[in-house]
Amino acid sequence: MSRHSPDFHPALRVLHWLLAAMVLAMLFIGVGMVSTAGPLYPLLLSLHRPIGIAILLLVLIRLPLRLLTGAPALPADLPPLQARLAKASHVLLYASMIALPLIGWAMLSAGGYPVQLAKGLALPPILPHDLALYALLRGAHTLVALLFFALILGHLAAALMHGLIRRDGVLRSMTTGHGRRGPATGD
Amino acid sequence: MPRKTPATAGPLALIGAILIILIGGFAWAAGWIGPRRINGGDVTAALDYNGGKHPGYRRAHAKGLCFSGQFEANGAGAALSRAEAFREGSYPVIGRFSVAGGNPFAADGRKVFHSMALVLKTPGGEEWRMAMDHTPIFPVADVASFIALQRATRPDPQTGKPDPAAMQALIADHPEIKAFQDYMARAVLPDSFANATYYSINAFRFIDGDGQGRSVRWQMEPEAPLSGLDKDALDTLPRDYLFREMIARTAKGPSRWHLQLVVANPDDRTDNATIAWSGPHRTVDAGTLVVNSVQPEESGACRDLNFDPTILPPGIALSDDPLLAARSKTYSSSFTRRAGEGAGPSAAGEDLQQEHEQ
Repeated sequence: MSRHSPDFHPALRVLHWLLAAMVLAMLFIGVGMVSTAGPLYPLLLSLHRPIGIAILLLVLIRLPLRLLTGAPALPADLPPLQARLAKASHVLLYASMIALPLIGWAMLSAGGYPVQLAKGLALPPILPHDLALYALLRGAHTLVALLFFALILGHLAAALMHGLIRRDGVLRSMTTGHGRRGPATGD
Repeated sequence: MPRKTPATAGPLALIGAILIILIGGFAWAAGWIGPRRINGGDVTAALDYNGGKHPGYRRAHAKGLCFSGQFEANGAGAALSRAEAFREGSYPVIGRFSVAGGNPFAADGRKVFHSMALVLKTPGGEEWRMAMDHTPIFPVADVASFIALQRATRPDPQTGKPDPAAMQALIADHPEIKAFQDYMARAVLPDSFANATYYSINAFRFIDGDGQGRSVRWQMEPEAPLSGLDKDALDTLPRDYLFREMIARTAKGPSRWHLQLVVANPDDRTDNATIAWSGPHRTVDAGTLVVNSVQPEESGACRDLNFDPTILPPGIALSDDPLLAARSKTYSSSFTRRAGEGAGPSAAGEDLQQEHEQ
């Protein structure tokens, strides 16, 4: 759905930046905890699970909000291929944010692990205890995470191109907004 | 599209710099660049180097037997920890007996760890996993030393014994390994899984209902009296002696251990598993572990579990012992590897079980 305002809904903008920080932190925590058998490992692991589930919950709020409030139209002069890429990449960004925590949760379930979010707070398993399934999901968790990071880099590069080079208001639609000036002709 | 003019060169460089910083930071966090880190794969590689490759099995303690039973808590442990497992009651246990080493078909007559691992679940959803050995001390205090030990003690394919020169060099750097070997030489090597005391290896933090924390090591003390194998005749012991003995013994009746919680004295080290806690200690008998039945790994519930000793209920937390993180990471790496490889048959398999049933 398209939106009359040139900006994303303010709540969506807040959720976007909150999730941006959490997702980036999670990707760094994830690769960091895999990299070491040192004392940081249990600490990072204890952060990884609750933040992952928090991301899932926030996306489950954000996605309906995004579908309800829509997105501002892309600049009319954007080449159609770029516009299609933009749309597809946003679908993939949402899909990654939902899939990664679910794969993590499913993976722990299949591995027979308690899905411990905090002391005394564990989630129920969402898959049966099955080692072959665990191995598959464990591999998928890493693969999807790395692709997600690449996607985020592309997303960031595109956003900065809009904001710093094209100056077409696309970046501003997710940051401060356009105030009462209406659609920007140049930022 | 804007052209690449001097006006866009600056912003483009800025965008490139931001991306490079992010990618660089990510690569650093992942350990792909920067100082070399020891990860779980390094430990499993050292174990593979020592014991040979045995795909589908645990990288250490590959030879095992599942058991099930219950922990009958007497309530006394609640003085030290608010974990539900210490409230008076009976809680189901799934576990595994094993002997150390990466070869799932190795002979039992070796001077190695005899081990007990278990998962204890309580109705409130708490879970406590333990992985214990029959010695009160561990040969090394940290993960780097553990890797060095695995490399130095690799049996020479010709002689079947480790290279004495490598061992000498290692011991020169690690007197604690010598101390452990001396201990193993003196100590009784239990002739049954049922009469060994199993120790927590590491210290843990126990937190009571008032929020007070104490450092604790624990041990499972058997009701069966300890007797030892003849260490000079280990070569003549049947390959699966300990496993057959445990299957036969359990067919006759359950085995019991008392969970003894040992509270640290002020001068006890909590960050070094090579150092025993000697002298008198406040000790709490928290209840009885009853092992009612044993099952081969193919049909038992223990094979597909990772007995990660850092999976703890509220009321028990990690200590400052660096070995705990290393054990957790290594077990996880071993678990993930064997999960992908698919499980193989057990030395103490269905055939042994059936033999005893006949």
